[in-house]
Amino acid sequence: MNWIDIGALTDIPQRGARVVKTQVGCIALFRTGDDQVFAVSDTCPHKGGPLSEGIVHGHQVTCPLHNWVFSLETGQAQGADKGQIDTYAVRVEDGRLMLDQTQLQQRSAA
Amino acid sequence: MQKLVVIGAGMASGRVLEHLFETAPDAFDVTLFNAEPRGNYNRLMLSPVLSGEKSYAEIITHGDDWYADNRVTCRFGEAIEGIDLARKVVKSAGGETPYDKLIIGTGSNPFIIPLPGHDLPGVISYRDLDDTNAMIETSSRPGARAVVIGGGLLGLEAAAGLRMRGMEVTVLHIAGHLMERQLDAAAGYLLRRDLEARGITVITQASTQSIEGDGKVEMVKLADGTELPCELVVMAVGIRPSAQLAKDAGLAVGRAITVDAQMQTSDPDVYALGECVEFAGNIFGLVAPLYDQAKVLAKTLMNEDDVFTVKELATKLKVTGCDLFSAGDFAEADDREDIVFRDPARGVYKRLVLKDDRLIGAVMYGDTADGNWFFGMIKDGTDVSEMRDTLIFGPAYQGGAAVDPLSAVAALPADAEICGCNGVCKGQIVTAIEGGATDLAGIRATTKASASCGTCTGLVEQVLAVTLGDDFVMPTAQSVCKCTDLTHEDVRRLIKSKELKSQSAVWQELGWTTPNGCHVCRPAINFYLLADWPLEYQDDPQSRFVNERNHGNIQKDGTYSVVPRMFGGITTAAELRAIADAADKYNVPTVKVTGGQRIDLLGVKKEDLPGIWYDLNAAGMVSGHAYSKGLRTVKTCVGTDHCRFGTQDSTGLGIKLEKLLWGSWTPHKVKLAVSGCPRNCAEATCKDLGIICVDSGYQVGVGGAAGMDLKETERLCDVPTEEEALEVTAAFVQIYRENAKYLDRPYKWIAKVGLDWVKERVVDDLENRRALAARFELSQTIYRKDPWAPLAAKAESFAPLADLTLEAAE
Repeated sequence: MNWIDIGALTDIPQRGARVVKTQVGCIALFRTGDDQVFAVSDTCPHKGGPLSEGIVHGHQVTCPLHNWVFSLETGQAQGADKGQIDTYAVRVEDGRLMLDQTQLQQRSAA
Repeated sequence: MQKLVVIGAGMASGRVLEHLFETAPDAFDVTLFNAEPRGNYNRLMLSPVLSGEKSYAEIITHGDDWYADNRVTCRFGEAIEGIDLARKVVKSAGGETPYDKLIIGTGSNPFIIPLPGHDLPGVISYRDLDDTNAMIETSSRPGARAVVIGGGLLGLEAAAGLRMRGMEVTVLHIAGHLMERQLDAAAGYLLRRDLEARGITVITQASTQSIEGDGKVEMVKLADGTELPCELVVMAVGIRPSAQLAKDAGLAVGRAITVDAQMQTSDPDVYALGECVEFAGNIFGLVAPLYDQAKVLAKTLMNEDDVFTVKELATKLKVTGCDLFSAGDFAEADDREDIVFRDPARGVYKRLVLKDDRLIGAVMYGDTADGNWFFGMIKDGTDVSEMRDTLIFGPAYQGGAAVDPLSAVAALPADAEICGCNGVCKGQIVTAIEGGATDLAGIRATTKASASCGTCTGLVEQVLAVTLGDDFVMPTAQSVCKCTDLTHEDVRRLIKSKELKSQSAVWQELGWTTPNGCHVCRPAINFYLLADWPLEYQDDPQSRFVNERNHGNIQKDGTYSVVPRMFGGITTAAELRAIADAADKYNVPTVKVTGGQRIDLLGVKKEDLPGIWYDLNAAGMVSGHAYSKGLRTVKTCVGTDHCRFGTQDSTGLGIKLEKLLWGSWTPHKVKLAVSGCPRNCAEATCKDLGIICVDSGYQVGVGGAAGMDLKETERLCDVPTEEEALEVTAAFVQIYRENAKYLDRPYKWIAKVGLDWVKERVVDDLENRRALAARFELSQTIYRKDPWAPLAAKAESFAPLADLTLEAAE
């Protein structure tokens, strides 16, 4: 594990998201209404919509293009839609957002 | 056999005799005195007799045969003049009649206000058949006018009946609203509106000064000088227990004849019941407790134990088409809480009064189907804390206990009346269904059932469902989303009535099943809150669809379009130059002229948005809201400035309208246009609101569409001045903002409430129009601002949080 500091929790609005550009593509960092943070792929498997622009409700996000809903916990598409987005390890330490870089490199190697 | 003498052949004493003859037909030798020259009839049904819906023969409860079969000695038309308790006899014109047991059921007398002229011929009360016949007789004179003094239950039934007989009727009521003992002000208002709609004039806070006339009634004079010419005055201001006979005999009398819980008076062989008695401080005017008393008294006479107790009462008005229900106690007090539900468009009002988690009162108007369910809870003192959130929606919304409404309809006989307005019974509807009318519209077309007031629509649908089985799909009220069972309309009403001013208040108070909604409900709730509470609620970007959050339309490749506003479609060379510079600087791939008379820069990357906005702001331009559920554009033609046909300055009005409306949020997008003459070059007749200028002023049309549906506007009104055109527009947009379901364009919303409903409030009621325009302006003090400027200053929030591709490269 190689945790790197990528910003402050408060850089993300509650029930909102920000994007981190990585070698494996854009990752969306979500901050939910209960102040939990999730890191998932920013790209909807359906038509490539930017998930970071979706409406965040509970621990889910709705894609802004065609309303696919994904669980931020598992990356699973909800309801009738079938699909999966990658999830990444993220944690909050003293108000700072920490992302595991090794995971990103492993993914890029694979 | 004991001798039982009964004074008064009314509904209460009649019920005692029924009980006695059922259980012990040979116990008593009964003599029945009645001052009226007839036996017992259903006084509750005098109103239908007055209105002509029933005849006297139909409301007789005990006919001559019944009295003969039960060997009752009838002394009708013979008033009792005195009672000698010591010798146990009653005195009448026919002499003395001895008794072993005596029942007094003298009822009540109408209260006559001792106004000057109250004894003129033509002034009558409304208590018995003679009064009713007198009213019917007067009403048959052509052009006859009536004044009803008293806007309570009885007075209104009299007024409605007389009106149905064709009389011109005015109701005078001393309180601020009708039926103030049974209704609160809001329900009283709706009742008044319904009565006025059927042609009855209602004057509240009316202080009657005198009744005038030469030998007969000619007019009623009010304290404020109003003169109401009339041939008939009905005094229906209340009743007084008729206790004089008992008092003269020496029985204990307070406000009425004092009885104990066995209906016994102060004399052990004398009993009393009905409207003439007082029990534990209560006196009685409705029939339900009278029947309870009759049951107790019959048992007492048979030496069985029973106890009369005072129960809660529910009231219904017997005026066809006026649906009201009231029960319990609904006065306001500090320790009480209200749940209120209003649907102004349907004329529905429901109010529940809670105290200590228990329902203690209910007032309903327009939709009283759940009245008995609420009444049951009042009587039982049910703890409602568990179902409080959905209580007002009735039993259908409570888990588990919901009854199947279809079983009740299936069990109805063919002659059961379904539609009261048009007198359509179940059998006729079934015949129509079998004849091929398989939906509501078909039933309405063939039978007229539910085609008038519409309150029986649900019943008609149930008859359809029962008859057609699975072939009929019951239209259900659509809930907002899976987070709630409430409809948009319910949520809007509750946000207003419960004064919910934050999202968390909505989730909490309306029992949302999710922590903070979903992508369907959150944008709607966010709009409802900011529309209803512009000062208190702060718009929440995180509850907005991406286009409204990023103030640009997201394209399929994730880029955005940027459209600066051009008020009224007017621009300048300097603005065009700035737009061209921005297009160059940010490598905008496509520049397009839109249908709304402005320019769209397509293909702008998200991180470039703050920069391009900043540049456009610097040239004096603001967001065109080309992405919002809000005001889009006001399209114009050139009008009198250049056009040889123009009748008014359509461009100028378009600019004023756009300056008035820009920045406002609405349930769906709103597009306007102003054409300078009926040639209509600005295509104003397919807009949400379109104005056509003519020589005499401005024709304002609303509810047009040229999208998924194509619809021509309907005329809202014609106004002579530009000021009025602006005010009507602001008022229309505001009433749409306040009432429409989120994502309903105006034409869809108008189809639901009706254009007349809108006209009444926006055109006819000037005061309301101004109030709407003022509320719009209040909201605009917050929202008539460019959203680009503050975001352009926060450019970093549009950029990625971090770029690890660069760090990895380093």
